[in-house]
Amino acid sequence: MSEIVAELKKVDKNYGKIKALKNLNLKVYKGEVIALLGPNGAGKTTAINLLLGLLRPNNGQVRVFGQDPKNANNRNRTGVMLQIPGIPETLKVREHIKLFSSYYPKPMSLPAVLAATGLESLENRLYGKLSGGQKQRLHLALALCGDPDLLFLDEPTTGLDVTSRRALWEQVRKITKSGKTVVLTTHYIEEAESLADKVVLIKQGEIIAEGSPSEIKAITAATKIRLITKIAHQDIKAMPAVRSVSYNGVATEILASKAEGVVLELLQTDKSIHGLEVRTAGLEDAFLALTQKKVA
Amino acid sequence: MNHLKPNMFKIFWLETKYEFFKSLRIPAFAISTIAFPTIFYVMFGLSFNQGLLGKLNTATYYLASYGTFGVIGSALFGFGVGIASERGQGWMRLKRASPMPPLAYFFAKLMVSVVFGAAIVILLTVLGSVFGNVDLSFLQIIKLLAALILGTIPFASMGMALGYLAGPNSAPAIVNLFYLPMAFASGLWVPIQFLPKIVKQIAPFLAPYHLSKLAFAAVGARPDNATWQHIGVLLVYTIVFLILAVFLYRRDDGKTYG
Repeated sequence: MSEIVAELKKVDKNYGKIKALKNLNLKVYKGEVIALLGPNGAGKTTAINLLLGLLRPNNGQVRVFGQDPKNANNRNRTGVMLQIPGIPETLKVREHIKLFSSYYPKPMSLPAVLAATGLESLENRLYGKLSGGQKQRLHLALALCGDPDLLFLDEPTTGLDVTSRRALWEQVRKITKSGKTVVLTTHYIEEAESLADKVVLIKQGEIIAEGSPSEIKAITAATKIRLITKIAHQDIKAMPAVRSVSYNGVATEILASKAEGVVLELLQTDKSIHGLEVRTAGLEDAFLALTQKKVA
Repeated sequence: MNHLKPNMFKIFWLETKYEFFKSLRIPAFAISTIAFPTIFYVMFGLSFNQGLLGKLNTATYYLASYGTFGVIGSALFGFGVGIASERGQGWMRLKRASPMPPLAYFFAKLMVSVVFGAAIVILLTVLGSVFGNVDLSFLQIIKLLAALILGTIPFASMGMALGYLAGPNSAPAIVNLFYLPMAFASGLWVPIQFLPKIVKQIAPFLAPYHLSKLAFAAVGARPDNATWQHIGVLLVYTIVFLILAVFLYRRDDGKTYG
């Protein structure tokens, strides 16, 4: 129904023998904020670089605004925040923005860009003198200054402390409200949840789930139970809510969607249980569980 | 609406202006490109008189040779080290994902190299005229500047290729590895007639040798009737390295760092 802004069709991308993306299909609709969520090395940045025309797929098709991503007019309508170590240190915030703005046919005004990214008081500071969070905000400003219809944000908050991360989310949220289409990559589930309308889970070059942030949260939400027990693994696996069971050489590790029932049953079955630990599972664990489930 | 064109003149102007700001604010770049040829000129060209070298007095001879040396350094470092470090930062990748016309980036670097190069030649000319017995006519100064400014181009293309070959950290060392031996073997430090025979045989294959011949002619050396040959060699250098640079630029597509 809605217009497709960017699309990967059956895309394979290999780096030598490493298969970064495997038969990947992705559709980005106009006005949506889509988050590609996955651990490091999942292929998120590769997907972005393909959509930017910085990489070519080995197989399949890449389309942005219905055209080849290298099309000059596409670039006029696209803004990018890449994961890069930096930009020249001896130019001022204002100078970097003015230079980048000049590349676009209908750029935002300098004051508007500064206001949108909270850089008003820093416009005369050299890039080299900015803090990590301020640098990321300038990278965001460069993505935004051309007033693009489509915005790519590749891991916008990686390496930032919690405060700077939340501040940047606030800036991004303001931008997404303006109706721009945004493709975001992240390995923070809270980031995807806080910013996106739709979340696509990627692992080892494949999409393993997609849905609204709350749906994805429900899939990935899990508890990790760690304990030393005599109960056989297949018996644990048979318990309701248990997703996976493993042994790490010292203790048994259980991934469960809800911990309470499982813990109760374990304690009733084996009185000798000790070393019990219960905590929220990280994204990595949740991913592991999801992929194992798919294989099984 | 979507087919509005950005203002090309403005892009080239801003790219060049900020390339200047960027370079001038890096003291290491500004000082080393200008200071080295100046110090060498003062040490070897102005400190002791070696009498006539060919038809030229010592100060005038070295003005042409260190002017050549300076112009080459400005182009090799501006392009070679500049491109390598901007590739390393990822600034290049960001620019390539933007609608920036790639030519604007290279044009800006060329302008900076030309202006730094011209500044070196003018500085040496002033030093030579005030402290040495350089006595050039206005026309000769213009000829020298013109020869050396046009002579920036082959070294800019060489620097471009080196900028895509070298990594961001190794670039200064790699550029020096080309620059210094090439300058020496071309007779830019010590007049070629004082160098060993083997070096004399190598020199005609090196671009700086040919550029220096044009500079010597501009300041009144005995004509060697090989002007077109010098220009021809410099053109060949320009084309070969430009082709290599374009190939490496394309290869750089999609490469990621770090």
